[in-house]
Amino acid sequence: MVSNPAEANIVLSEVEFEVVGKRPIRPDGVDKVTGRAQYGADINLSGLIHGKVLRSPHAHARIKSIDTSKAEAYPGVRAVVTAKNLPFASLSKEDLGGDYMRLKFASDHVLASDKVLFKGHPVAAVAANNPHVAEEAIKLINVDYEVLPPVLDVLEAMKDDAPLLHEELRTTSLGETSEKPSNIAAHLRYEKGDAEVGFAAADVVVEKEFRTAAVHQGYIEPHNGTAFWNTDGQLSIWTSTQGAFAVRGSVADVLRQPVSKVKVTPMEIGGGFGGKITAYLDAIAALLSQKSGAPVKVVMSRVDVFEASGPAPATWMKVKIGATKDGKFTAVKAELSFEAGAYPGSPVMQGMMCSFGCYDVPNGLIDGYDVVVNKPKTAAYRAPGSPQAAFGVESVVDDIAHQLGIDPIEIRLLNAAKEGTRRIEGPVANRIGLVECLEAARDHDHYKKPLGPGQRGRGVACGYWMNRSFSSSLSMTVNYDGIVTLIMGSVDIGGTRASIAQQTAETLGIAYENVKPTVVDTDSIGYTFITGGSRTSFATGWAAIEAAEEVKKLMVARAARIWDTSEDDVEYADGVIQHRSDPELRMTFKDLARQLANTGGAITGSANVEPAGEGNGYAVHLVDVEVDPETGKTDILRFTAVQDAGKAVHPSYVEGQMQGGAVQGIGWALNEEYFFDDKGQMMNSSFLDYRMPTSLDLPMIDTVIVEVANPGHPYGVRGVGEAAIVPPMAAIANAINGAAGVRLNSLPMTPGNVLDALSGDGQ
Amino acid sequence: MEWIDFATPKSVSEAVEMMASKGDRARAMAGGTDVLVQLRGGRRSADLVVDMKEIPELNELSYSAQNGLTLGAAVPCYRIYQDKAVIDNYPGLIDAASLIGGIQIQGRASIGGNLCNAAPSGDSIPPIIALSGVANITGPNGNRQVPVEDFCTGPGQNVLQNGEILVSLTIPAPQPHSGANYLRFIPRNEMDIAVAGVGTSVLLDASGQNFVSARISLASVAPTPVFSQAAGDSLAGKAVSDEAIQEASEKAMADAKPINDMRGTVRQRVHLVGVLTRRTLNNAIQRARGG
Repeated sequence: MVSNPAEANIVLSEVEFEVVGKRPIRPDGVDKVTGRAQYGADINLSGLIHGKVLRSPHAHARIKSIDTSKAEAYPGVRAVVTAKNLPFASLSKEDLGGDYMRLKFASDHVLASDKVLFKGHPVAAVAANNPHVAEEAIKLINVDYEVLPPVLDVLEAMKDDAPLLHEELRTTSLGETSEKPSNIAAHLRYEKGDAEVGFAAADVVVEKEFRTAAVHQGYIEPHNGTAFWNTDGQLSIWTSTQGAFAVRGSVADVLRQPVSKVKVTPMEIGGGFGGKITAYLDAIAALLSQKSGAPVKVVMSRVDVFEASGPAPATWMKVKIGATKDGKFTAVKAELSFEAGAYPGSPVMQGMMCSFGCYDVPNGLIDGYDVVVNKPKTAAYRAPGSPQAAFGVESVVDDIAHQLGIDPIEIRLLNAAKEGTRRIEGPVANRIGLVECLEAARDHDHYKKPLGPGQRGRGVACGYWMNRSFSSSLSMTVNYDGIVTLIMGSVDIGGTRASIAQQTAETLGIAYENVKPTVVDTDSIGYTFITGGSRTSFATGWAAIEAAEEVKKLMVARAARIWDTSEDDVEYADGVIQHRSDPELRMTFKDLARQLANTGGAITGSANVEPAGEGNGYAVHLVDVEVDPETGKTDILRFTAVQDAGKAVHPSYVEGQMQGGAVQGIGWALNEEYFFDDKGQMMNSSFLDYRMPTSLDLPMIDTVIVEVANPGHPYGVRGVGEAAIVPPMAAIANAINGAAGVRLNSLPMTPGNVLDALSGDGQ
Repeated sequence: MEWIDFATPKSVSEAVEMMASKGDRARAMAGGTDVLVQLRGGRRSADLVVDMKEIPELNELSYSAQNGLTLGAAVPCYRIYQDKAVIDNYPGLIDAASLIGGIQIQGRASIGGNLCNAAPSGDSIPPIIALSGVANITGPNGNRQVPVEDFCTGPGQNVLQNGEILVSLTIPAPQPHSGANYLRFIPRNEMDIAVAGVGTSVLLDASGQNFVSARISLASVAPTPVFSQAAGDSLAGKAVSDEAIQEASEKAMADAKPINDMRGTVRQRVHLVGVLTRRTLNNAIQRARGG
């Protein structure tokens, strides 16, 4: 147990293992640092041609006609496609029945048929012998638009008289479907106890409205997709994705193909954070390949990525909390309205689930609205929905603490969710580590140290992500040299080849270096859910443990066969196979591996799992800021991230997740936002004006890994990828309040917005 | 991206001839950190790009007490902030040269290019206006000199006629008891575009207690960099005081005519001009006093 609070990075560990919990070198490290790793855009097939996408210049318009004749005639052009080339164009409402709306949305998102719904919406695509010809050719496509008024704000979109994005969209509200069309796709509700009774019993009630801007994940690698549709009907796709099977599923869906006709090979991925689940280009590349007969590669520019991939939604929220004078919460209430973008499907439900996930509350009522607006369709972004909700909730919790004169960590400890807490949406918590995280933050050197001179403030906030499981498929082979090759369907974004190999080695009792993990295509392994939801080290790790257990059984059986004895007489311990009573009969894993070829052939183990028991993830952040009262600029002076990892399989990568989440949260808090003009044109679609923090804007993010073992995993593992992005916005808002005496209820808290707040208006 | 011809002339006359041959379809390039991005992003188009980096006069960086600083138009920022004479005599110029972009950009980007690009936010332009810089231009009709405050005519537009190139900038040698400073405000700490910027220079009397003269120039608050003559002139002959500095900052604010955009609002920018004018004046005064 390490517990020196003056140390920067700390692991507060309950259990030690041989390989799990160590920090070995990652299997993909050498290729990445030497530039040899093959990312999506690196694919180069024989006869490859290049595609470009023509995108809508308008945020909202009806497509009256598209004339592609000039582009088709342009020298070097090999194929031109529009929505007319998608199967949806030739299917009728009657054919599709209840599936009509879903497929229309999915197809129109790939290539718009009747309307464009955001600036950057694809309307046509060209494949040509080189990208420059394709770029010239798309300019020759003539689209006749009837420009419509755009709907750019969630509250505006919810009004009865707002222009409609989808004339056929009805509101699904608590199981009922509305008569009238609306931009509100869904109204959801979670309820526990009676909130009004709880508020009546409160000594103090705080209610506030909040807004957050749309933000982008900011992965460094732009989207890409390469497709080859062979004459035998087999479609192969190479792409950068968080889920090869997700791409296979959505491409097969919009192209109306059986999934087994589509093979998706996931390339190395240059960041995703939830944004690389939706398949934007793969179906377009496939259509261009079908028409041209050649493999086609399509790559987005950075502008395309900003304008036409999936940001996290802008939101409007109202949060209300009541507490007794001792600080105990009596009731909570939240109303969350999330911009879905052009098509329904914002993460408002996850936002609702997470909003009060840190607290044990007797009464709660949460309403959520999924609202379409003329902006790119939102996508997942690290703990989707939770950071926005936490900004509101954790700001109000801080206000209550202030009003009651209670320390902000103490009020959170007093109300913290723990084992047995029933959340508002229903589930009861298993053994969770929020209390331990809060205690670690309270006891940390950072929390005790005086702030020093200047306009400084310290903020605290906590964050919750439920963590996910879903299905994973994995198989492993014992090679004759004793090396175990591991193949899996989980794409590696955050070091999961290492973390799965570690769990394999731990289970087999062999060295980490003797496990060789590979991520494979969709024809080579069983269905595996995306890498997302903080699920991979947990669920695919579980598959590895099961497959390794199978290998152990088979190794025991083989040894029994070689020794001509009963399997019951043989045991497997710490990578050694031995006879229970005859000490002469003993083989290491490697010894036995060497004999496999001549004693019955290779040994493989495989597992297809969907484990229950994913443990919830909690994070607590401490931040010190200094506000320049003349310019409104906030500097981050010190930042400490505390998080329960259950068991940190590879502590360095856990620290990386905690630091990365914190840094993205800092950007979201201070400067990042989609800035639209009144016509729905994004004005800052470059990294120059979409201001993510650079290394020069950040202090070292100190980390404290808390390990409260997850009882639902053999090594106690919990997902760690997401909880760390949840607390920073509120923590920084709370710190700014301390430093400058102004409470900012809108994100981002730019210097201009802080200045406005300091001068007494704006907020 | 369309086909573009690229040429690398070795002399000023060759460059002028090339530029003149294509008229407004020719673009001069020094470091390329603006023009290449603009061509690639479709914000400018050209038939010919003329690389200025192999012309000796455009690479000149020399100083004499008599003639001041000659700064070739293609001299990259890193040479400027590593140059002993510039370090000793023009700390106000170093302020700008060392904050434009990151290390890689500073290895290519030139102050001449920054001026020709004529962005309202160009960080090197206000300090050169404050330091009374002059642009030395050569064209088909010979040479001419233009004060830097008159060089930019609109966003991305300047006084250069077809065929003309900026050869160098001349900045007078600093007088005793003078000092200069440039500050910009950006929401992050580096690698950003000024929401507002202010360059000032002051000349104090021998006592260091009184202003003899001052020049103040503003970035990002109008279609071009602004020379706020009223702000500088308001200080001439006055004792150094918070009141005088405050008055100058108010005059500078009055000369700021910014717009609302994704980088800032009118109100924020005007406010920042006041803040930065006060801060740069105090820094310039300190430098003038030998601090």
